[in-house]
Amino acid sequence: MKKNRRAFIKLAALAAAGLAVAPKAMASGSAAPVKVNATAVHAEHWAMVIDTTKLHTEEEIGKLAKICHSIHNVPSIEGKQEVKWLWSDEYGHTFPEQENPHLAEEVHHRAYALLCNHCEQPSCVRVCPTKATFKRPDGIVAMDYHRCIGCRYCMAACPYGSRSFNWGEPRKNLDLSKLNPEFPTRMRGVVEKCNFCVERLAVGKEPACVEASHGAIVFGDLSNPDSEIRKVLREKFTIRRKPSAGTEPSVYYII
Amino acid sequence: MKMQNGFPIVAGLVIFIGLLCAPFVMGKVVTHEYKAPEIKMPVGEKECIESKEFMREQHMQLLNQWRDWALRDGKRTYTNHAGKEFTISLQNTCMKCHNNKADFCDKCHTDAGVSPYCWDCHVQPEGLK
Ligand code: SF4
Ligand code: SF4
Repeated sequence: MKKNRRAFIKLAALAAAGLAVAPKAMASGSAAPVKVNATAVHAEHWAMVIDTTKLHTEEEIGKLAKICHSIHNVPSIEGKQEVKWLWSDEYGHTFPEQENPHLAEEVHHRAYALLCNHCEQPSCVRVCPTKATFKRPDGIVAMDYHRCIGCRYCMAACPYGSRSFNWGEPRKNLDLSKLNPEFPTRMRGVVEKCNFCVERLAVGKEPACVEASHGAIVFGDLSNPDSEIRKVLREKFTIRRKPSAGTEPSVYYII
Repeated sequence: MKMQNGFPIVAGLVIFIGLLCAPFVMGKVVTHEYKAPEIKMPVGEKECIESKEFMREQHMQLLNQWRDWALRDGKRTYTNHAGKEFTISLQNTCMKCHNNKADFCDKCHTDAGVSPYCWDCHVQPEGLK
């Protein structure tokens, strides 16, 4: 009797151990190894410097926006339901806290390129209930459109208006013959925004706006003191948008 | 005790049970055996990224994992069980081979009555109209 019970307990322990391992073993049936693309470019903290002495007209910024929007299949809608990843605005709207009545006229007349700032402390990420918006280890604030439930908390939380909601069917406002077949569209009811061209970084390319900017936008690793971007930041005076919001934007502007 | 109205009751019961079973009986006789839909394989391609059996049973789990690996983990290269590498992308890897959604994906999905919402966002190889 005693012996039997012992054997039983031993067996039970074995079975329990087996149970603990089993789900993993079953899952690993498909979990072949994955890794980062060999051609991908890496950074600990991607950031951007926009030289507003070089890039400051609506037309120039509009050109970049057009490229960005066409490769990412961003629908063009006029008015309040507008969807935008890259756009431009005037000084007062861009830097409301750094406004003063005697600012150089010329600075006031520039247009400023705006996009998601890929903040270090992104308020959009903090409020998202589904983790559809999240911060990657390389600093990029990304969207997983599969998870977005369209609650728009993130839009309320972003101090920069960097996010757009798809009120209608986005494909209705796209020229379907000019779609970029390599990149998805979005569905109705999700929030979208600039993704710092993660899909291009993954194959070793710079973001599309950087490439098209003729040197007016510098992109690189903020945590590497030897990087081009850090050199620019050391040499030029730069400001970021709405410092009081405390989100620590990763987009810097040379004024 | 003698059963009153015995015949009508029994007859009624027989008819009732008969009607009750009719769908099963008829179903067996009338319907045809389920046949797997004939899907068109990609021309000139012999192997998928994993075995046929694996893909048949687990392509949905794999796609789920691919999504998370690429999007959330930033890992976009998949090494299959045979050691061959593939770029993780529904649109640019799967659909470049299976370049006809209607003849491949839709066939089984329609039969199985599932309508995955992949195509709400991902662009099918035929393009959108
Ligand atoms: S700019 Fe707005 S959307 Fe972009 S990371 Fe910062 S808070 Fe989030
Ligand atoms: S709208 Fe989408 S991304 Fe924004 S907070 Fe809600 S679930 Fe998150």
